[in-house]
Amino acid sequence: MGKLPIPEPQIMWRVALVDNSKNENPFGEVISMEHHIDDPSNDSTPKNAVETTDLSLWYGSFQALFNVNFKVKQGLVTSLIGPSGCGKSTLLRSVNRINERFGYVRTEGQVHVLGQDIYAPTVDKTQVRSQIGMVFQRPNPLPVTIRKNILFGYHLKNPGRVAASVEDELVEKSLREVLLWDDLKDKLNHSALSLSLEQQQKLCIARLLPVKPKVILMDEPCSALDPEATAAIEDLIWDLRGEYTILIVTHNMAQARRASDECAFMLMGKMVEHGKTEDIFVTPDHQQTADYIEGKFG
Amino acid sequence: MSSKSSKSGEVLDKRDLSWYVDRLAQALMFVGGISAIIFIVGIFVFVFKEGFAFILDRFDIVEFFTSINWRPTSVAKETYGALALIVGTASITGMAMLIAIPFSLGAAIYIGEFATGKTRETLKVMVELLAAIPSVVWGFIGLTIMNGVIIELFNVPIGLNVLNAGVILGLMAAPIMTTIAEDALKAVPDKYREAAEAMGATKWQVIRKVVLPAAKNGLVSAVLLGIGRGFGETMAVLMASGHSINIPGSPFDSVRALTATIAAELGETAVGSNHYGALFTLGIFLFLITFVINLTADRVVRGIRRS
Repeated sequence: MGKLPIPEPQIMWRVALVDNSKNENPFGEVISMEHHIDDPSNDSTPKNAVETTDLSLWYGSFQALFNVNFKVKQGLVTSLIGPSGCGKSTLLRSVNRINERFGYVRTEGQVHVLGQDIYAPTVDKTQVRSQIGMVFQRPNPLPVTIRKNILFGYHLKNPGRVAASVEDELVEKSLREVLLWDDLKDKLNHSALSLSLEQQQKLCIARLLPVKPKVILMDEPCSALDPEATAAIEDLIWDLRGEYTILIVTHNMAQARRASDECAFMLMGKMVEHGKTEDIFVTPDHQQTADYIEGKFG
Repeated sequence: MSSKSSKSGEVLDKRDLSWYVDRLAQALMFVGGISAIIFIVGIFVFVFKEGFAFILDRFDIVEFFTSINWRPTSVAKETYGALALIVGTASITGMAMLIAIPFSLGAAIYIGEFATGKTRETLKVMVELLAAIPSVVWGFIGLTIMNGVIIELFNVPIGLNVLNAGVILGLMAAPIMTTIAEDALKAVPDKYREAAEAMGATKWQVIRKVVLPAAKNGLVSAVLLGIGRGFGETMAVLMASGHSINIPGSPFDSVRALTATIAAELGETAVGSNHYGALFTLGIFLFLITFVINLTADRVVRGIRRS
């Protein structure tokens, strides 16, 4: 990471800018913004947007998660870190039940999203997914136009005819929110596959917005992008926090550190430690966490 | 060779057995590779050569495409109107597609998108087995079983007609169309399905809104190749169609196909006669049609790769 001098200062500058706009203390942004976010609920402890209780998961006979108890606070950016194969993506993918695409997955325990048990027998998994956005490792816009990509989820939720003006407004609003409107407003009917990877990934975030998900899951959303695009996506994630609860899996320790409020460290399918990002990186409780963060393994 | 390689200075220059085997293998592969071109050009030249004299000498393009009178053996006046034959082939193929398209697309979607594990493998093997049934067996089924069924079911005098040949041809074309259509569905990257499912699309919504549009070109080419198959099929059509020169007014009329005409008449003509040349002209016509259909299918498939 250190070999790429250009993006780093930008990111630092960005964080500093965010800090100053919300808070006088340039180093305490994580803690202070939490207060800022939780103001509307008038509650000193933030509500949990996602809560897993004794969550265990098997791929066939291989157990990938062991009794994971994990709470994601509403409105914050929470990062999941850990070495490859530690189960962080599996945990993320069980929050919207996209894991179940593969028939050999078996889940035990509970996952509550905004108080609802999403594994309850009466719950329809497509309904769960439509309320929880997901961004994938490789940008995966659908092979249709930019406009249709943005409206895809909205049309699923609102079958039947929608006034063109409503659609136009949704498209513009979503693209503005991910800062793509100025670039793409004249080519809404171009194929989404014609965009750069960065634009594609932003589009993949933009298309979640019309259905107003409460939680957005991100599975290494920047790993296919160059450092500048990564900075842009991180900016965007930071802008979306508050209104959306964001759970992000990352391999990139520096990213977890600079772009999340809370951080959870997983190892061998178990949740080792979860706390404020600052604390995890500066004073971790577990030796394993410290070793991983220092790069002793992983 | 061994004495050469023992000298260190010539190690790089050694030509041992594996070098010669490699050369030989390359040469054989090259011959195998270009033989397809040689054969297609050879067939092209042969068919055109045999038909050419007739085309120059006796061929009347207006008569060929507008007259329904195919009377090559008439003593009074030979006429070579192929309209009824063309319409016969087209109507059988059309009927076949009415049956084959829903069946093959349905089968492809089921195998590609719904079936898993053993079911899927078994179905694929079954479809391939179906494709391996000889056409004369299909013709036999048309002649014996379908004939009676149609007479019984629709209360018509003859069971050898457009419907019979169309059903038989549809069943014959469906396996290959299924295989190609399934390949087209398989070529749709799984990340599209995953993206749509993550947004809350049901299985059917994923198929209808994402997979089918993305696989469109491959599916179109599957249909085109099925049509090509329909135009070219001979034996089953000869046996099931009734083989009577006729512009069909309903699916229960007997017709005669271009291919069946060639198969039935070529053995009875004198080499070099007008009749012989006329049959080769039908062959050239068929050749051109299937060539254009296959070329179009190929272009359509390339279109999807480019985008």
